[in-house]
Amino acid sequence: MRNLPRPPASSEITPRDLYARRREFIKSGALFVGTSAALGAGLTSLSSLGSADAPATPPPLPSAAPGSAPWRVDKRGQFGTSETQTSYQDITTYNNYYELGFSKSEPAALGFRIKTRPWTVRITGEVERERTLDVDTLIRWFGLEERVYRMRCVEAWSMVIPWLGVPLAALVMKLAPTSRAQYVRFTTLLDPEQLPNQESNVLSWPYVEGLRIDEAMNPLAFLAMGLYGAPLPGQNGAPLRLVVPWKYGFKGAKSLVEIRFQEHEPETTWSRAAPSEYGFYANVNPEVDHPRWSQANERRIGELSRRKTLPFNGYAEQVADLYRGMNLARYF
Amino acid sequence: MAKSKLSWLVPATVIGALVPYLSIVWRWSQHRLGANPIATALNQIGLLALIFLVLSLSCTPLKIAFAWTWPLRIRRTLGLCAFFSASLHFLVYLVLDQGLAVPTVLEDVLKRPFIALGFAALVLLVPLAVTSTKRSVSRLGFRRWQLLHRLAYAIGVLGVLHFYLRVKADHTQPIMYGLVLALGFLLRGAAKLKGTRDARFRASAARPESV
Repeated sequence: MRNLPRPPASSEITPRDLYARRREFIKSGALFVGTSAALGAGLTSLSSLGSADAPATPPPLPSAAPGSAPWRVDKRGQFGTSETQTSYQDITTYNNYYELGFSKSEPAALGFRIKTRPWTVRITGEVERERTLDVDTLIRWFGLEERVYRMRCVEAWSMVIPWLGVPLAALVMKLAPTSRAQYVRFTTLLDPEQLPNQESNVLSWPYVEGLRIDEAMNPLAFLAMGLYGAPLPGQNGAPLRLVVPWKYGFKGAKSLVEIRFQEHEPETTWSRAAPSEYGFYANVNPEVDHPRWSQANERRIGELSRRKTLPFNGYAEQVADLYRGMNLARYF
Repeated sequence: MAKSKLSWLVPATVIGALVPYLSIVWRWSQHRLGANPIATALNQIGLLALIFLVLSLSCTPLKIAFAWTWPLRIRRTLGLCAFFSASLHFLVYLVLDQGLAVPTVLEDVLKRPFIALGFAALVLLVPLAVTSTKRSVSRLGFRRWQLLHRLAYAIGVLGVLHFYLRVKADHTQPIMYGLVLALGFLLRGAAKLKGTRDARFRASAARPESV
């Protein structure tokens, strides 16, 4: 008897019902963990659908596209601003380019699909001579100029962007439009291979924008080919895009394949999709609200608080005369 | 513990509901929310509110369609998550997005239909959250309590409209949520018509907590 082990104290004995429930306890624990994880993952992915994350590392500055004209800046500083320039990362990862995706981050992931060389632009309509221009011809004709412009999106955010390109007025002069050319129409590439969202019919493709000829001749109007001293990445509208800094950003048609001079006002993509929300003129105007939000102020990307929006995005001195006598609430 | 075999379900729902918030905070701290993190957080939290709302309104239809009872156990939790998310969505808009510019916010609420609809949904959620306890059911009486909580249907519709009107061009997502909601209404209607809602079912389905 002396050698037998001592029986365990009664306090050490697992109660019978708990012993019987140990499997259930383990099962419940597993179900708890599994359910929370599955629900959490589902909720996280559903709620971030359509707003995919920005890349963790900033995209590298691209070098000049192979086969493109020598990439050097010949002129700097016209209409410049001393405001802090938006970072290269923000300019190239926060884009509205619906043909590459509806979210702000998708275009940066798909911008590489645009084959920027060789690239030609058709010049058509009321001009001395219709022709097809190689995009690098523009650099040979005019050289590259840097313009630091404010960019105000219709969605009430803004950036300061150091563009590189050629003044639109110089090109218009060179192409010698006829007296019947009252408007200029700008057309984006139509190719679902390179711009996959053109498979969807959310907007009518190709994207079309337009300017009055006197707007196109204004010294501010610009054709951008680069950004921060390097060629444009696809998501910013490579290889050639329109920049009209006194108008909302959607006027700046990207990846241009045709510039057409015509007598009548062109029908533009957004004003066709929602005529009560987006007009042909689309001049930045804090007095005329978008039907769904105020245009009185804006968030400058990188800043926490909002700032007041300026008439014509701060370029009234250069462009207000173009619209003298016009009712800007009607021609918005 | 002895109450039910599904005692883990409500805590698991609460923990799962917190995950997307932790994810937003973590991604914001890692600069992964993009160049305009306030707008991204605002949109994702608003979408979470709608998801919780649609989920809470799908509990009864799931019971009707599959005779499952477990969805009814988390209906109140999901509804409270919707209220919490909608409130946070409004706070982010008021404080971070608009910088506490109360006049601008008031003007937005009065002038912009999509903001008015969203705000109405939030205001209507308040009495439901306040009366979400078991005690409220007995204080109000079940009939009146049930009538009050039918507001949830209207709130769901307001939430979907708020989202639909906000989107610029691609309406796929708001339409999907609208369809889920509509399917739920359809199932409820069909069940009612068929008279399958016998007294026993009503007792188990309509109370916030039947356990």
